[in-house]
Amino acid sequence: MKSYFNSILTLLWKDILLELRTKENIAPIIVFAGLVLLIFNFAIDPTPVLVAIVAPGILWTAFTFSGVLGMSRTFVLEKDNGTFEGMMLCPVSREVIFFGKMLANLSFMLLIEILIFPFFGILFNISILIPNLILVTFLTTLGFSSIGTIFSAISVHTRAKEIMLPILFFPIVVPIILAAVQSTSLIIQNGTQESIYTWIQLIAIFDIIFIVLSAYLFQFALEE
Amino acid sequence: MKNTLKKITFENILLGITMPIIGVAIYMIFMWVPTEQTLGISQRIFYIHVPSAWTALLSVVIVAIGSLIYLINSNEKWDSLAHSAGEVGVILASLTLLSGIIWAKPIWGVWWTWDARLTTTLILWFILVAYLMLRSYAPTGPQGKRFGAILGVLALIDAPIVYYSTVWWRTAHPGMNIGPLAESATLDSQMYLALMVSVVGFTLLFVYILKERYNMKQDEKEIDKLFTYYG
Amino acid sequence: MENTIINKPAISIQGLFKSFGRNLVLRDINLDIYHGERITIFGPNGAGKSTLIKILAMLTKPDFGQINILGYNLESKPQNIRQLIGVVTHKTFLYEDLTGYENLAFYAKMFGLNNIRERIDAVTSKMGIQFRVDRKIGTLSHGMKKRFSIARSLLHDPLILLLDEPDGGLDQHALAMLDTLVVNSEGIPRTILLTTHNLDIGINFSNKIGIISNNSIIYLNTTKNMDLNTFKQIYIEHTGFEV
Repeated sequence: MKSYFNSILTLLWKDILLELRTKENIAPIIVFAGLVLLIFNFAIDPTPVLVAIVAPGILWTAFTFSGVLGMSRTFVLEKDNGTFEGMMLCPVSREVIFFGKMLANLSFMLLIEILIFPFFGILFNISILIPNLILVTFLTTLGFSSIGTIFSAISVHTRAKEIMLPILFFPIVVPIILAAVQSTSLIIQNGTQESIYTWIQLIAIFDIIFIVLSAYLFQFALEE
Repeated sequence: MKNTLKKITFENILLGITMPIIGVAIYMIFMWVPTEQTLGISQRIFYIHVPSAWTALLSVVIVAIGSLIYLINSNEKWDSLAHSAGEVGVILASLTLLSGIIWAKPIWGVWWTWDARLTTTLILWFILVAYLMLRSYAPTGPQGKRFGAILGVLALIDAPIVYYSTVWWRTAHPGMNIGPLAESATLDSQMYLALMVSVVGFTLLFVYILKERYNMKQDEKEIDKLFTYYG
Repeated sequence: MENTIINKPAISIQGLFKSFGRNLVLRDINLDIYHGERITIFGPNGAGKSTLIKILAMLTKPDFGQINILGYNLESKPQNIRQLIGVVTHKTFLYEDLTGYENLAFYAKMFGLNNIRERIDAVTSKMGIQFRVDRKIGTLSHGMKKRFSIARSLLHDPLILLLDEPDGGLDQHALAMLDTLVVNSEGIPRTILLTTHNLDIGINFSNKIGIISNNSIIYLNTTKNMDLNTFKQIYIEHTGFEV
């Protein structure tokens, strides 16, 4: 049991170390996310009244797009180095490889979101330090990272490479994007706790189901 | 071609049963069933819309079952089944969406309604398209088939979640809850009968086309096998 | 009891077929490799040598065939096998942006090794790279990368080595190090399957030589009393090419 977690942590450590070395994944994507917020601001040009209504959608669009970008890159790196197969040679069950990558993707996305939130709060004049909002963001990002991990392992092996990931990813995660936007909207507008929780429960159920499924199915994505 | 039609195969029997039922269905839909009071003649598209939605959903289920079994036992025929169901499913989902659009415009003046069932169908359409694209862009051989199978399984599990999330979304924002399926309150007995006949005919036609597509794929695989191992 | 274990082959391949798309790459391969044997496989490019190694390394699955390694069936017990085999292919399986030490530490941890520092010291000394462990892999020459890759495969002290052209990019000095692979750290003779175009390795390093051509094994014999020229002849006779 302990070695199970140790292996997962080793994989996570390896990805963090690589990111610290190359700085290819996080920094440019943070800038990208910020730019998405900026562009939507000009595209929609919200009045102060409109802001509260459109802001959640803009926020989650930025997170979704930057999430997809970031996650595809963690596997591109493995493919280019040939280390996909290196991991396959290790005497660990295939879910361990999945969880290691999933945690790495989760960490990167959470870091990006933590840095983007203040920018979002300032740009849209919205208070962001709300526990419910943090919960929603964490759970949604968790769901993103589970689906994103298995699909980016797949898409990296296709002819279309990274472009394949959004095509696979977006339709499947629609429920939690919807839930995230709705609950964020309710949170900002001080909606009832009950209604917020309905959406949070949806995200939580999605996460449990799809983390388990993706972990199980991951082994089929690995062999040549 | 002539000879194939004369043979007593499952497919030919199926075709023999299906065509008359479809004939009856067409008669019922366009001649027999009374015109709906408020909605008028264009309501008849309902009898096409419902069966195509049902068979599209059935396709998604078959894709998932074929995919799961293929992942477990690597038996090619399940992959052929899943792939065929995906292909037919895209067409059926497109038909569902188009019939929904055609229905909505003359009655409500809008092309699209974000009602839960139509929205779910649209998302499933995207997933089926992604399925076919994935299979096409993935490496040939078992790897590509496995990739498709993974998506196939995830798609089915996702479908109910998508549906419920859109239902809650619509209840939170009512007002656009219209569409052919939203109107299925009470059907009088004639309409119900017409609908049932249409559903049965559609489903049989679906099975027939699916089987033919499946046969074609299996034949292609046979040829590949012969070429690879004996060529 | 010991005799029965030693008498069964370490690697047993029966009826192996592998195709990629419409290309049949391996046709009806049957091969038994016994404990402590070192077999070198020659063959023209594209004959299927690398694919054979990949299948044994479980990086790809065969179409048909029964394969057992150290008594474990490849299909049903892959996890048990991974701990016991070391694999070297033309890909190094190393991260270019990490140092040699970091790469080796990563694999050592993934293989569940406890004495990581010692193992890394041991394998890097063996391969003569102990003074380059703190350099990023991407900055090293091809030959150095190869040595690190071989070091990686030795970390967990495997009983079986699967080496696909390990001599690619290695100089004479490094080739001599191959001899140190013959036994593991406890002195137990390793079972080695390797592919190469290097005749010297074939004749002197191994006790059996095989040739794969047209997707099958068309020749397999002991290297006792064989010299370079004899083998060159045999190779041309069987494949129509020069080695």
